Amino acid sequence: MQLTQAHQEYWRRNLNMTLVLLAIWFVSTFVMGFFARELATINFFGWPLSFYMAAQGSMVIYLVIIWYYARAMKRLDEEYGVAEGED
Amino acid sequence: MSAQVSSNRAFFNQLKKYYTYYTGGFLVFLVALTILEQLGLPRVWIGYVFLFATIALYAGIGIMSRTADVAEYYVAGRRVPAVFNGMATGSDWMSAASFIGMAGGLYLQGFDGLAFILGWTGGYCLVAFLLAPYLRKFGQFTIPDFLGARYGGNAARFIGILVAILVSFVYVVAQIYGVGLITSRFTGVEFTVGVFLGLAGILVCSFLGGMRAVTWTQVAQYIILIIAYLIPVVWLSVKHTGIPLPQLVYGSVLQKVTEREKQLTADPKEKEVRDIFRQRAADAKARVDGLPGTWTAGREAAEKRVADLKAANAPMAEQKAAEKALADYPKTEADARRIWSGQIGSNNARAAPPLPHGEPFYSANPDPAKAEAERDRKRKNFLALVLCLMVGTAALPHILMRYYTTPSVQEARRSVFWSLFCIFLLYFSAPALAVLVKFDIFTLVVGKNFADLPGWVASWQKVDPRLLNITDINKDGIVQLAEITLGQDIIVLATPEIAGLPYVISGLVAAGGLAAALSTADGLLLTIANALSHDLYYKMVNPNASTQKRITISKILLLVVAVLAAYTAAAAPADILFLVAAAFSLAAAGFFVPLAAGVFWKRANKYGAIASMIVGVTITFYYMATTQVWLRSVFGVTSSVADNTWWDIAPISAGIFGMPAALITMVVVSLLTPAPDKQTQELVEHVRYPSLKGDTMNPAAQAGGVGH
Repeated sequence: MQLTQAHQEYWRRNLNMTLVLLAIWFVSTFVMGFFARELATINFFGWPLSFYMAAQGSMVIYLVIIWYYARAMKRLDEEYGVAEGED
Repeated sequence: MSAQVSSNRAFFNQLKKYYTYYTGGFLVFLVALTILEQLGLPRVWIGYVFLFATIALYAGIGIMSRTADVAEYYVAGRRVPAVFNGMATGSDWMSAASFIGMAGGLYLQGFDGLAFILGWTGGYCLVAFLLAPYLRKFGQFTIPDFLGARYGGNAARFIGILVAILVSFVYVVAQIYGVGLITSRFTGVEFTVGVFLGLAGILVCSFLGGMRAVTWTQVAQYIILIIAYLIPVVWLSVKHTGIPLPQLVYGSVLQKVTEREKQLTADPKEKEVRDIFRQRAADAKARVDGLPGTWTAGREAAEKRVADLKAANAPMAEQKAAEKALADYPKTEADARRIWSGQIGSNNARAAPPLPHGEPFYSANPDPAKAEAERDRKRKNFLALVLCLMVGTAALPHILMRYYTTPSVQEARRSVFWSLFCIFLLYFSAPALAVLVKFDIFTLVVGKNFADLPGWVASWQKVDPRLLNITDINKDGIVQLAEITLGQDIIVLATPEIAGLPYVISGLVAAGGLAAALSTADGLLLTIANALSHDLYYKMVNPNASTQKRITISKILLLVVAVLAAYTAAAAPADILFLVAAAFSLAAAGFFVPLAAGVFWKRANKYGAIASMIVGVTITFYYMATTQVWLRSVFGVTSSVADNTWWDIAPISAGIFGMPAALITMVVVSLLTPAPDKQTQELVEHVRYPSLKGDTMNPAAQAGGVGH
């Protein structure tokens, strides 16, 4: 079986999206964690910012990027004709 | 295809209807019990009703879902809608540790405890982006299935089986232990009886219906556990802030807690108590330094006191106390060294001022240079632990297996979102609960007269002094914060009483904890039984076995593994919490690299995968065995911990060394050995596209007639 150009483009776009979302994941977890002491001086609606992020903010970011990935990948599947039920 | 879509939709609507009725019925049950309590139903009966009603409920669902069909038994027929798979994954994921221990851990550790919140949720990003959709497209039954197909042959599959069993068994023992603890505490039966009662509860769910029964009971268990967790937190929030959304408003409570911490640090009475503990630590140190002379002198003094009291015909109580002191005196010099050294540590810990709850990586060391070094070390360990827990989440077979059960790749992607959402509801409430309880204790317990303490303090102190202990150390009749010791489990268990809710809610919390432990144990037991029956027996020993025979063998194995796990749990292994965390490090180092590389790197071959699993697990295990107290004693390691520690990393995060080692091994060994054959490369392409024109590969069909 030979992959078409379109198939390879689909996979490349999937990889790019995955990389961008993983970068967001990395920043909201590890960069935030690394600078937690500095961020603790910022007050965010009563919480020190780093406490808020670790207790809630980062989780909200994870939810949003996972939701976005599912939606964007569904569109990508349809655009390239690789969605289930299209073969 | 469209017929299938509409049948899926009908199934979804049917499920929605059932579980709405179920939730409504459960709430009616709660209200009825509350009324009965007001009418005078004794507390112990409420405990029994909750225990037996919920286990009977799960058993009922298990019996209704019985099946002898392979696809139903192993992957619930691959028609679990995204939302319901999310709920099932949520309760599969949240164990007794999440439900009961998490908020308490956050109470005791402040910011640093949030590593568990981050680690146990962020891992789902890796599941969503790197694994779930591709495993669903691959569409077989187990994780070793994928390793076996992708890395050509039984060697990779076999090592996969070993790692899956190692990781899951350690974890399931901890769950069954939790079940025994909850059952015995709320009904008064003995711990061992509680373990086997819980075992019965686990088996009725999974024995008859495999994954299908486990899935539908897990959804039911999720509903109970989330109701049980949220009611007390919301109530406590109303008590202290007047607003029923604790997660949004506890920032202001945290500010008040921080204010109070400063007061308590400077308070002269608090200082007095802390000084007493510092003095006790110094005394213990003097005794350790004076060994062996202090040991013989102490023994002689104790003997002399018994003899003196007897000679003087002192009151019986005094004589008894002196005899007990002599009986409890360390038997040997080595015992004395161990016990007294422990006293130095525990007294020093209690001599420390209150930990600032919102402060990341806090150090109480007065020397600024040393404090800075300690804070750096804490930061390093925090980040390492978060990474291990995240990657471990994305490598635990009982979680990954759940994504085989959705109807399609797109549903699998959506299902990860719903899984994390269901987990999020509990995990973003736990830090709020910890802060609210802390505020309650700081304002309504500390500073009170011993005579005016709230009722829940006395009742829990009686249940188990390890959970809650308040002693008037400086004899001033007033409670100081430094006089309180708390066990981590008390926070969730006592919240209903702290919030002033009826005892029914305490029963509900116990039922929630039980649901969390049972659902996780179900998923794990099934993973182990399937690894043995499907991967080892059917795929490697007897590929011609009939469907009937495979399922029978799987059920027998389920029984054997369950009894074995209950037996281990009843023996109460020393360091159960460490074992759970160890499972994450081991899974992270063993499974993640071969799974992710299997999809994203076509050049990865079987030699690389096998070597990477072996190296990852070995290094992780070696590090734990040489640095963790309990494992060191098991393996008789005598070299000093400091010599074996690398970059100050705690043994709980041992995966931080195993993971990169596994990655490097995978790359180097794969590149030194021949590339995988054409068929394997086509398999990789097959899993990368939800559907591919001209793709003739259908691994699901090869696995034994599973239409989807």
